[in-house]
Amino acid sequence: MEWRRSYGRAPKMIHLESNFVQFKEELLPKEGNKALLTFPFLHIYWTECCDTEVYKATVKDDLTKWQNVLKSHSSVDWLIVVVENDAKKKNKTNILPRTSIVDKIRNDFCNKQSDRCVVLSDPLKDSSRTQESWNAFLTKLRTLLLMSFTKNLGKFEDDMRTLREKRTEPGWSFCEYFMVQEELAFVFEMLQQFEDALVQYDELDALFSQYVVNFGAGDGANWLTFFCQPVKSWNGLILRKPIDMEKRELIQRQEATLLDLRSYLFSRQCTLLLFLQRPWEVAQRALELLHSCVQELELLDVSVPPGALDCWVFLSCLEVLQRIEGCCDRVQIDSNIAHTVGLWSYATEKLKSLGYLCGLVSEKGPNSEDLNRTVDLLAGLGAERPETANTAQSPYKKLKEALSSVEAFEKHYLDLSHATIEMYTSIGRIRSAKFVGKDLAEFYMRKKSPQKAEVYLQGALKNYLAEGWALPVTHTRKQLAECQKRLGQIENYLQTSSLLASDCHLTEEERESFCREILSFAGRQTDSPGHKIVLPLHSFAHLRDLRFTPPNAVVHVGGVLSVEITVCSQMPVPVQVEQIAIHVHFSIEKNNYRKTAEWLTKHRAAGGLVSFPTEAAPCPAPQSSLPALELCEMFERSPSDNSLNTTGIICKNVHMLLRRQESGAALEASTGVALEDGAHVLKCTSVTLEPGANTITFRTQAREPGTYTLRQLCASLGPVCFVLPHIHPPVQYDVYSQEPQLRVEPLADSLLAGIPQKVKFTVTTGHYTVKNGDSLQLSNIEAMLILCHAENRAVIYSNTREKASDAALRVQSSDKVTSISLPAAPAYHMIEFELEVLSLPSAPAAGGESAVLGTTEPHWKHRDTQKASHSMATTDHRVSIDCPWSIYSTVIALTFSMPFRTTHSLLSAGTRKYVQVCVQNLSELDFHLSDSNLVAAGDSSDLRLVPLHTDSQQHVRSEQAAFFVWELKWTREPPPPLHGQFSVGFSPASEQRLSVSLKPYTYEFQVDNFFTLYSVTAEISPPPGAELCKTGALCSLEVTITRLADLLEVDKDEALTESAEYFSTKLMYEVVDNSSNWAVCGKSSGVVSMPVCARATHRVHMEVMPLFAGYLPLPDVRLFKYLPHHSAHSSQLDADSWIENDGLSVDKHVDEQLDSSSIRSRGSGHSAASSEHKGLPMPRLQALPPGQVFNCSAGTQVLVVPSKDDHVLEVSVT
Amino acid sequence: MAVPLPGDKTVVAQNYPLYIRSVPTESELKFHYMVHTSLDVVDEKISAMGKALVDQRELYLGLLYPTEDYKVYGYVTNSKVKFVMVVDSSNTALRDNEIRSMFRKLHNSYTDVMCNPFYNPGDRIQSRAFDSMVTSMMVQVC
Repeated sequence: MEWRRSYGRAPKMIHLESNFVQFKEELLPKEGNKALLTFPFLHIYWTECCDTEVYKATVKDDLTKWQNVLKSHSSVDWLIVVVENDAKKKNKTNILPRTSIVDKIRNDFCNKQSDRCVVLSDPLKDSSRTQESWNAFLTKLRTLLLMSFTKNLGKFEDDMRTLREKRTEPGWSFCEYFMVQEELAFVFEMLQQFEDALVQYDELDALFSQYVVNFGAGDGANWLTFFCQPVKSWNGLILRKPIDMEKRELIQRQEATLLDLRSYLFSRQCTLLLFLQRPWEVAQRALELLHSCVQELELLDVSVPPGALDCWVFLSCLEVLQRIEGCCDRVQIDSNIAHTVGLWSYATEKLKSLGYLCGLVSEKGPNSEDLNRTVDLLAGLGAERPETANTAQSPYKKLKEALSSVEAFEKHYLDLSHATIEMYTSIGRIRSAKFVGKDLAEFYMRKKSPQKAEVYLQGALKNYLAEGWALPVTHTRKQLAECQKRLGQIENYLQTSSLLASDCHLTEEERESFCREILSFAGRQTDSPGHKIVLPLHSFAHLRDLRFTPPNAVVHVGGVLSVEITVCSQMPVPVQVEQIAIHVHFSIEKNNYRKTAEWLTKHRAAGGLVSFPTEAAPCPAPQSSLPALELCEMFERSPSDNSLNTTGIICKNVHMLLRRQESGAALEASTGVALEDGAHVLKCTSVTLEPGANTITFRTQAREPGTYTLRQLCASLGPVCFVLPHIHPPVQYDVYSQEPQLRVEPLADSLLAGIPQKVKFTVTTGHYTVKNGDSLQLSNIEAMLILCHAENRAVIYSNTREKASDAALRVQSSDKVTSISLPAAPAYHMIEFELEVLSLPSAPAAGGESAVLGTTEPHWKHRDTQKASHSMATTDHRVSIDCPWSIYSTVIALTFSMPFRTTHSLLSAGTRKYVQVCVQNLSELDFHLSDSNLVAAGDSSDLRLVPLHTDSQQHVRSEQAAFFVWELKWTREPPPPLHGQFSVGFSPASEQRLSVSLKPYTYEFQVDNFFTLYSVTAEISPPPGAELCKTGALCSLEVTITRLADLLEVDKDEALTESAEYFSTKLMYEVVDNSSNWAVCGKSSGVVSMPVCARATHRVHMEVMPLFAGYLPLPDVRLFKYLPHHSAHSSQLDADSWIENDGLSVDKHVDEQLDSSSIRSRGSGHSAASSEHKGLPMPRLQALPPGQVFNCSAGTQVLVVPSKDDHVLEVSVT
Repeated sequence: MAVPLPGDKTVVAQNYPLYIRSVPTESELKFHYMVHTSLDVVDEKISAMGKALVDQRELYLGLLYPTEDYKVYGYVTNSKVKFVMVVDSSNTALRDNEIRSMFRKLHNSYTDVMCNPFYNPGDRIQSRAFDSMVTSMMVQVC
């Protein structure tokens, strides 16, 4: 039925059970009643009376009396039921309904509450009317009953609250109040309002807790002292009975202890929670309860025998767990381990401490004191409860059994521990599981079975290491060390010991003791001498840096290499190490070229110091190995309008960062260190490693060439080896073997010919040892002298460019060979010395081609076609040197440069001729020139050369030139060609004194046809009638060509024609004004036939017009030899075609003459072109050699006055 | 009144300690073990809350678990840095609100540490300011 309650509480469907009892006056509640359920709620009066008379006579009185009784007990809950029978009714059909019994009763008793009277018709008949009346009755009954109940409940709650408010009064007792509120809870429970019932208990719980806390704060209530009595019984929670009457009575009698009260309270809460289907809350509350009980006992200063609480907690945990198991199925339990595991681990913990307390964990078993304690504890348990007596696995039995013997304890403890670990693991609480495992390991250690403990310790250690918890790591390692020691795992024990000895979290004494463990083991003699114990080095010490000497870590065969390592010892005390060794891996490098010192030095970072990253510190922080974030900005723009679409930051090395972390296996996995056996080992014996940095130096003599890679570092202490398995970054040194080598190179940038130059000889001895008497044999070349000085010294350097010694050098020269005797030098050294060499200028007309080449200028063609270049002419000298270490001779090429470039030119003045020689200094040195001389070679006795220049010494600075001029005079006409040989002595201006006499510099040249054949005179005369030339006015130009000589050898060429009386030759003249001062009017060029005889003159008139005013130079007049196209074809030509072609061809020539000087090639070009013109041959022009034509009017000027008509005066300022 | 022993520490997502501090120092090892074990519960709570928590921004995890003598409270920042605080069970003055405000203070101070450009996230915290803040908090609690 629906139950509506006051204070806005939600209506609930409740089930209210009622008992019907016969009315007795004694049952009516007295004044001040505290009970809630044990008195009648609703009083019902039943009557069958249907006769008015009878009613009036007896029933009415009876009813009145009943009502009075009720009133006197202030009970207002009553109901009168009138049962009507049809049979009786028929007899009284005449009776009006109004005057029926019911009405009478209503009138009499229910003056206001007419509903308090109900008619029940024919209750035993099966008719609709009967049914209806039953229904009406029952509804009424229910409503009234509920009304009564609510009223009473409300009254009860009010009373209870009043009682609670009185709690500060001195006489207030918690137990009494407890009973009252529990009554309420019972009622709710009865109504199946478990929630409400639970609230009542929770309120009691909170009230009590608050009092305890207040007590702790000094505000003690009197009644609480009652709970402070010593604990005498610790038989755990009892949860199997809905109500633990035994405890309840204790509370009622105010004799309960704190544990009793708590137990009872919790058992009630548990029951209700289980009714509410919340078993997990039970587990959770149980844990809280147990914790708080322990604290409360402490807070209240209750004296508890040692172990008693442990017993109580243990029993309670198991009881709760069993109770929960009892009401849930397996699946539910499995999926809610998280809630119960706390209880399991708590029980485990408590059982463990009980075991330790009762001496059940020690190896020897409990002693008498322990046994006494056990007996006391068992006594405190009391007898087993009857309700669990039949269960085999009851907590009571378990505890009793566990405490009874060492074996039983072990069994139970292991069961519990394993169960707990399994549960923790299954819900992923690995760390908690490891922690329980550690406890278990401790137990095993106590039980002297370290092999079982080891697994747990290792597991825990791995976990702590992976997560970087330094203190737990240290602690667990300490346990592990103990365990390994017992197990006799020498290797592991020593390793752990070394780790502990270097652990900064331990005290100095502990560290030292672990260190001594290692040392004492190392000092012990082992049975099998070959057996070695290999341990990783990182715990013992760590390699900080490594330094090679020589720093480039390259050493020649037989050389000494030293490796200096800095090792930081992490041991607390100095450790005497028998031997420290570096194992080296040797590999032969195939490429021999790379094996030279130079190459290796170049390709190796200098300094020789290799630093190693500090290894993971004793407290490793695994994150430090993670690479740093590499972030970059990212902009994405839309392709169409370049607006920014997205922007962000990209992590470039996500793959590195988000990689799954390996589960710390690598940290301790280095146990399996293999000791490499190699033939190449660097050793250092008897080293004492002080705590902190130590420097150890290894020395080795290099034997085989190749690359040596440092692989392992190994420190041996007797049979114990600490090994660093990999030296990283890789370090290597190289041993090379080198062939002896000779190098010759100039000291300066380039060698200059003609003056002494220094050349450096470098002998790299390589593997060859230079003995006394070894010498270099240089084959002499005539053109190059090796200048020997007495004070030649050689310097011997060691491989590292350190000066080793200094020795005199003996140089002996013979005709063919120059022998340089080398000073004795060990292998892999360098001998350096300098020699002066002198490249001779060419000896004239002698020596092989190679020797001559370049020392003199090549024979110049008379036509100076040398391209102007500023680079010096060079010459190579090849010297072959025989070295003592080789049967083959070494050929060395030395390149010398000529410091000068010489040009010559022919100058004419009428018929007088001059030769000018220009010597240009191309080098960077300054030179003194002296003794210049020009001689005509050969049969030129007719020629005489008169020097016009100063005879004294001349000074030529760098990049400057000196000029020499001679006048040519001849005795015979025409003079023969001149084969001139110019020579000049030179010496560097800087050096005052030269040890050798230098050969002069020579230059040969030839000048042909320098005799003047024609002289050309040009004259400009003003127009007739005018005094001066005027601009714009035509003037006449008269060109006179005069032949100065008779027929000579040089004239005999194709142009020469022979007529009857005289020879004539054809010349072409051309008037060109390159400076555009003159305008040539009419034909500017023409061909003249010139008689070949002295003083033959040809005049040509031309009109020219000056374009500017002023003194104008005359236009150039050029003469060419006009050669017929070919003598062989001349007969085939007719005159017309000749002339026609002539004009055409000459015009062309004139045009092209301006930008071309190579007439000959031009002519040949024409002949090629003209072959199209019906194959007609073209005449050729040949320039006359410069000496043959003398222009008399070269340089003359004519005055031109400006025209008076000109309105514009042009003034040109140049 | 018993002297409360708050062990106090900061832990990062990878579960290695960034900062650990406890008074008195004798039982430091015990606290280390306790805090380490409590990480199980922190992990469990974080994964149980899943994404719902992120929206609510509720960083305080509440009581992780009680032990006989201590209460262990947890707090996790948005970047999954975990704070664990262990206080003596008998210290009844510390209610949820006090613990919560202590965590908030701790978080603020931690944020300051992170703002230090010379601090490398993930390194052990050696900031003096943080240290003194923790000290003052511990003194206050005692």
